[in-house]
Amino acid sequence: MNILYDERVDGALPKVDRAALLTELQRQLPDLEILHRREDLKPYECDGLSAYRTTPMLVVLPERIEQVETLLKLCHERGVPVVARGAGTGLSGGALPLEQGILLVMARFNKILEVDPAGRFARVQPGVRNLAISQAAAPYELYYAPDPSSQIACSIGGNVAENAGGVHCLKYGLTVHNLLKVDILTVEGERMTLGSEALDSPGFDLLALFTGSEGMLGVVTEVTVKLLPKPQVAKVLLAAFDSVEKAGRAVGDIIAAGIIPGGLEMMDNLSIRAAEDFIHAGYPVDAEAILLCELDGVEADVHDDCARVSEVLKLAGATEVRLARDEAERVRFWAGRKNAFPAVGRISPDYYCMDGTIPRRELPGVLKGISDLSERFGLRVANVFHAGDGNMHPLILFDANQPGELERAEELGGKILELCVEVGGSITGEHGVGREKINQMCSQFNADELTLFHAVKAAFDPSGLLNPGKNIPTLHRCAEFGRMHIHNGELPFPELERF
Amino acid sequence: MSVSAHDASAELLDQVNQALAARTPLRIQGGGSKAFLGRPVEGVLLDTRAHRGIVSYDPTELVVTARAGTPLVELEAALDEAGQMLPCEPPHFAEGATVGGAIAAGLSGPRRPWSGSVRDFVLGSRIITGQGKHLRFGGEVMKNVAGYDLSRLMAGSFGCLGVLTEVSLKVLPKPRLCSSLRLEIDQDRALLKLAEWGQQPIPISAASHDGQALYLRLEGGEGSVRAACERIGGEALDAGYWNDLREQRLAFFADARPLWRLSLPNDTPVLALPGEQLLDWAGAQRWLKSDADAETIRGIASEVGGHAMCFSAGATASPFQPLAAPLLRYHRQLKAALDPQGIFNPGRMYSEV
Repeated sequence: MNILYDERVDGALPKVDRAALLTELQRQLPDLEILHRREDLKPYECDGLSAYRTTPMLVVLPERIEQVETLLKLCHERGVPVVARGAGTGLSGGALPLEQGILLVMARFNKILEVDPAGRFARVQPGVRNLAISQAAAPYELYYAPDPSSQIACSIGGNVAENAGGVHCLKYGLTVHNLLKVDILTVEGERMTLGSEALDSPGFDLLALFTGSEGMLGVVTEVTVKLLPKPQVAKVLLAAFDSVEKAGRAVGDIIAAGIIPGGLEMMDNLSIRAAEDFIHAGYPVDAEAILLCELDGVEADVHDDCARVSEVLKLAGATEVRLARDEAERVRFWAGRKNAFPAVGRISPDYYCMDGTIPRRELPGVLKGISDLSERFGLRVANVFHAGDGNMHPLILFDANQPGELERAEELGGKILELCVEVGGSITGEHGVGREKINQMCSQFNADELTLFHAVKAAFDPSGLLNPGKNIPTLHRCAEFGRMHIHNGELPFPELERF
Repeated sequence: MSVSAHDASAELLDQVNQALAARTPLRIQGGGSKAFLGRPVEGVLLDTRAHRGIVSYDPTELVVTARAGTPLVELEAALDEAGQMLPCEPPHFAEGATVGGAIAAGLSGPRRPWSGSVRDFVLGSRIITGQGKHLRFGGEVMKNVAGYDLSRLMAGSFGCLGVLTEVSLKVLPKPRLCSSLRLEIDQDRALLKLAEWGQQPIPISAASHDGQALYLRLEGGEGSVRAACERIGGEALDAGYWNDLREQRLAFFADARPLWRLSLPNDTPVLALPGEQLLDWAGAQRWLKSDADAETIRGIASEVGGHAMCFSAGATASPFQPLAAPLLRYHRQLKAALDPQGIFNPGRMYSEV
């Protein structure tokens, strides 16, 4: 079932008179850069999920918040859908445009407004890149903790919209844990501040609700993030295992020893080989699984914890435990992991990255399930796993030029996500629902839960103009999806009429 | 797991559905330990305490799930036995405090600036909604961005958006070593030092000043805690201080004047406040005993980018700091969406919500 916006199941979109809208925009916002020629719109037809493309009706590239304000007011009055976009690195199609909507590109808001070392915060515009914040804070020995793999390119506004994660979430949290304040524009173009420079604010925690809301509730115009002191040292242990089960158990053993690593990553044999071929990180290519365990903090503690973790890993049956001898080797160990996706990209014409989360204890069963599915669908799957926080990134290898392979990869991906839900996990840990996982939302939530999500949306955006079709599926879509997809012999949403 | 575990969700759901049918407001309560906070609610009592017990706890997953009526002491004891803790250390304020009440009030203890708040540790929840449904949001995993984050929204919403029946919380191992210090320096100097230490990897996990001395707690591995203690100096302090601070049992809190809580940005200097003050959260939370009117106190807090909440029942008609107009409008719209008949703790936070 196609994930591109389908008015039949996703709801009718307002009919917009493109020419009249363009004229009105040019009249009201003469200094706003508006792209409207087909060839200019082309680069904006997808985000990081490039398998799906839609040409937007218009693209606007504002440089002042007042322009965004006027634009939103105008769109609200005329009933024009608006899709906001940051750097466009999202992997779930959260910024996939609409043919009937404006794509609002916030990337030019790229100024760091303030770094306050004593207050330990940075105030930045939404288009500022994630890594640029840590770079600006570096002279004060401070940094911004969440570090999604795309951190050199992704923007903080998008991080807020997606509640972005990274490899250090178990210890340092997600985006939501590292924000103080977000300034937004509502669908009506009204300014509103969520949170404050203090650690809490009066009223409901709308900052928590807004974080990860995928551009459905408002447009981010400014972000104030917390800064942390840089850990004094970071050391990495690499452990090899002859089975993924043993590696999985070792993760639980480290936690049971009372140690919270800064990063704890697992890779399976296919990923290890791909990464080693590409980066020459020094990974043991014969291992069935490796664990990378980073311990960071004050030197004396890290030294002690390294000894403890080494011991735990050996007891858990590691065939080899190596401590990165120096910073260069530590960086190399990480480079292998951080480049695992492009490395897999070298051994397959295309790959499809999943993002399910599971309770860690379910890992052996889920990996077995993935391996069975992989065989059934005739597609290889490489597993890269944020082992510390239960976030899996199975990479499905396929060739889009082979007829039917993309569809097979998608179906396999959907099955993997359903497996995650079955064991008490989630269809997305950090990439977001966007359009990509819109159908799987029907597996994770029932009709009443989805209805409540729609009510939350309506409280902020009653006419549904902000990013229509993303994040929460309509019940009609779920009914349609369910019709093709009978789960455990039970028809989901039996109460709904079928279309 | 617990001896007195009991699933009373069906009864709670029945009571909510009756209230919806009769359009009678409900006053949601656990142990009543935080009933003094906020505005009085006219409504039929909905007591969550029969719905209690730890539903699941696997220490190596770092997640515990408990029913709302579970006594907070029971949850803490279970974690303690496994060498773990709720890092946000929510206050009890009285015997019988429940897990649901701690989440609904959203208050955090002295570790909050370093560990995160109650809402930061919420992973999932079950909620009885204003549509009379018992629903599940979030889950028992660390990372989960499917759908809107209604679970964290519940933290600190004082039961105004639904009945929280169950919550999943992230927990952490207890630190290997914990040392507390008392350092006789004045408030100005203490705030300067705290701003300096805040930019360094020093394992501070609590910092308070009572006008006489700076109180510090250091937590972490043996090496880092010992080194920090040596560097900072001062005299050893009984760790019981932090519980007394959290539970408002220090002598400061005995003063008969109304108690106010000021939440302020990091690095706010010493403020001339109309009354006695006690600093917590390295200065980001300040307790004030004062007879001054709400406008005066809120004016001072707002001036520096913070806000003030009154902790003494009846001292002011609006204990929560009033909201800016657009924020209030969205609060009302959200309340109308989640509780269309307005039966959940109406007016507990604001008369309009």
